[in-house]
Amino acid sequence: MAIQRRPVDKVGSGARYVVLVLGAVLFLVPFYLLLRNGLSTEADITSPDWTLFPSSLQWGNIAELFDSRSVPMARSLANSAVIAVTQTVLVLAVSGMAGYGLARIPYRWSNVVLYATVATLLIPAAVTFVPSFVLVSTLGWVSSLRGLIVPGLFQAFATFLFRQYFLGFPQELEDAARIDGLGYLGTFWRVVVPNSLGFVAAIGTITFIGSWNAFLWPLVIGQDQSSWTVQIALSTFLTQQTSNLHQLFIAAVISILPLLVMFLFLQRWIVQGVERSGINE
Amino acid sequence: MLTRRQRLLGTQDRNLWFWVFVGPFFLGLLVFVYVPILWSIWLSFFTARNTVTPTEFVGLGNYADMLSDPAFRSSMLTFVVFAAFIVPTTFALSLGLALLVHRARWFQPFFRSVFFLPTACSYVVATLVWKMSIFSGVRFGLANTVLAWFGVAPTPWLSVTQPPWYWLVIVTVRLWLQVGFYMILFLAALQRISPTLYEAAAIDGAVGWKVLRYITVPQLAATSSAVLLLLLVNAFQAFDEFYNLLSSTGQYPPYARPPLVYLYYTALGSGQDFGHGSAGAVILTLVIAVVAVGQGRLMRFGRED
Repeated sequence: MAIQRRPVDKVGSGARYVVLVLGAVLFLVPFYLLLRNGLSTEADITSPDWTLFPSSLQWGNIAELFDSRSVPMARSLANSAVIAVTQTVLVLAVSGMAGYGLARIPYRWSNVVLYATVATLLIPAAVTFVPSFVLVSTLGWVSSLRGLIVPGLFQAFATFLFRQYFLGFPQELEDAARIDGLGYLGTFWRVVVPNSLGFVAAIGTITFIGSWNAFLWPLVIGQDQSSWTVQIALSTFLTQQTSNLHQLFIAAVISILPLLVMFLFLQRWIVQGVERSGINE
Repeated sequence: MLTRRQRLLGTQDRNLWFWVFVGPFFLGLLVFVYVPILWSIWLSFFTARNTVTPTEFVGLGNYADMLSDPAFRSSMLTFVVFAAFIVPTTFALSLGLALLVHRARWFQPFFRSVFFLPTACSYVVATLVWKMSIFSGVRFGLANTVLAWFGVAPTPWLSVTQPPWYWLVIVTVRLWLQVGFYMILFLAALQRISPTLYEAAAIDGAVGWKVLRYITVPQLAATSSAVLLLLLVNAFQAFDEFYNLLSSTGQYPPYARPPLVYLYYTALGSGQDFGHGSAGAVILTLVIAVVAVGQGRLMRFGRED
C-alpha cells in the first residue's frame, strides 16, 4: 500500500533543507575563520573594518611560522606525530591481544581480570591526572616522550570493546586454523586479525584522534619546550601573548590538517569507531 | 596426578597463553591505573607538599579541608551550572540534527560529514577561533561585528562577569565540538529502528509528531540514556576549553573554575600540594562513580518495565 504524500510533507521537506543548509554553514564558519585568518596579514585580522575575505592571501605565513623562534612548531608537530602513531599502534596491539585472550582462552581467573578491567571504566582518566603525575614524576619521566606515551597505553575501554568484538567473531574460522596446526598466536595474527581489519581501523582512528588532540596530560607532563605537543605549543601561544595572530591561526590550520585528511579518507571507520565507543552495551 | 608444571600451564598450556595475550595489558593496568589510584588514596591522608613520600599523617584532614574550602565548593557549583547548560542543549541539538539528517533524502552523507567534522578539531584550536575571532572582545570580533549591524555596542565576552557572557562562549565552543559525535550515535540508533514499526504506525494512521512520540522516542531510550551519561561524565571532566579560554599569562580568573581546573592549580600549581590534590581527586572520582552507577541502575530499572 502506497502512502499518499500530502502537500504538508513537501513544505516540511523544504523547511528541513533550509535548516540543514543554515546549520551546515554555521558549522563550517569556524573552519573558514581559521583559514581566513591564517592566510591574512596581521592588519587584516585586527582591522576595525572586518571583511569576509582578506585583502590578500599570505602564503608566506607558513614559511614565517616555521622560521619563527618563538614557537617550536616543527618540533611539536614531530612530537605529536610520534606520540599519536606509537600510542595508536601499541594500544591496538596491547588491547587487541588482551581482548582476544579474555574472549577466547579459557582460564580460571579470566573473569577476575575482566572485572578489574571494567571497574576502571567508572574512573575517568582525566580525574586521575594527579595520582598519575605523582607516579610519572617518581619514575623521572616528566618532560619525556616516555612519560607522554606509556601511561596512555593501557586502555581498559579498548580492551573491553575488543573482547566484545572477538566474542562475536566466527569461531569456525579459528577452528579451521587450529586444525591446520596453528597455535593461539598463529590463529590470532594470521586468521583473526586479517579478518577484523574494519574493527581495528575503527578503534585505531578513534585512538589516533584522541591522542593527537589530547591536552590535559601533555600539559601536565610536557613541561619543557622540547616535549611540547602541537596542542601545548598552540595553547602556550594562545594564553601567553596575543600578538602574531596570523602565525597562531596558520599554526592551528597546520595542526588540524592530518585529522582533516583522515576524515576525508577514513570517515567510514571513524564513524564506526564513534558508534562503538559511544554505546555501552 | 598432574605435575606442578602441568598445573601451572594448564590444559594445552592455556594458562601460559592467557598471560601471553593478557599479561602486557594487565600489568600496565596495574602499574599505571591501580598503583596511582591507591598511592593517591594513601597520599590523601598525609600532608604532602612538594613530596610524594610524606611522613605527617593527618587522617581525614585533607578531606575536611577540601569540603570546607569555598573554592572547591564553588568549583562543584561551576560544574552544576555548566552541566545544566551543556547537557540539555547538546542532547536536543544532536537529536534534532540526527532526525533532520536521517530524513534527508538528498546529500545525506554531505550533511552528516559537515556536522561530524568538528570532531576532528581539538579543544585548543576551537578555543582559538572562539577567543580570538568569534568572541574576541574587541569591535572587530565576528560576534561584535554582527551585533554592530543592529546597533549593539561591543561586548567584552570573556572578561565581564555581570552579566556572565563567558558562559555563552564556553558552552557554544563545546557544543560545536561535540554535537556531531552524539548525532552519529543517534543516527546509528535511528537506523536500527525496524521499518515495520513505521509501516504499522502508518496503517494505524499515525503521522508527524505522533510517530515521533510513540515510535521514535521510545525506540531511542537506550541510546538516550547512554548519551546523557556520557554528556554528564564529560562535562564533569571539562578542562581544555576553560583553561584555554580564560587563563592568560599564567593567571586564571577567580570565577568559572570547574573541578579539574581547581584540581590542576591546587596539585600542580606553585604549591604542588599532593595531599589536598589527592583528596580532591578521590572525592571527584567518587562523585563520578556514584553518578555512573546510579545512572546505570536507572537504565536497567527503565528496561525492566
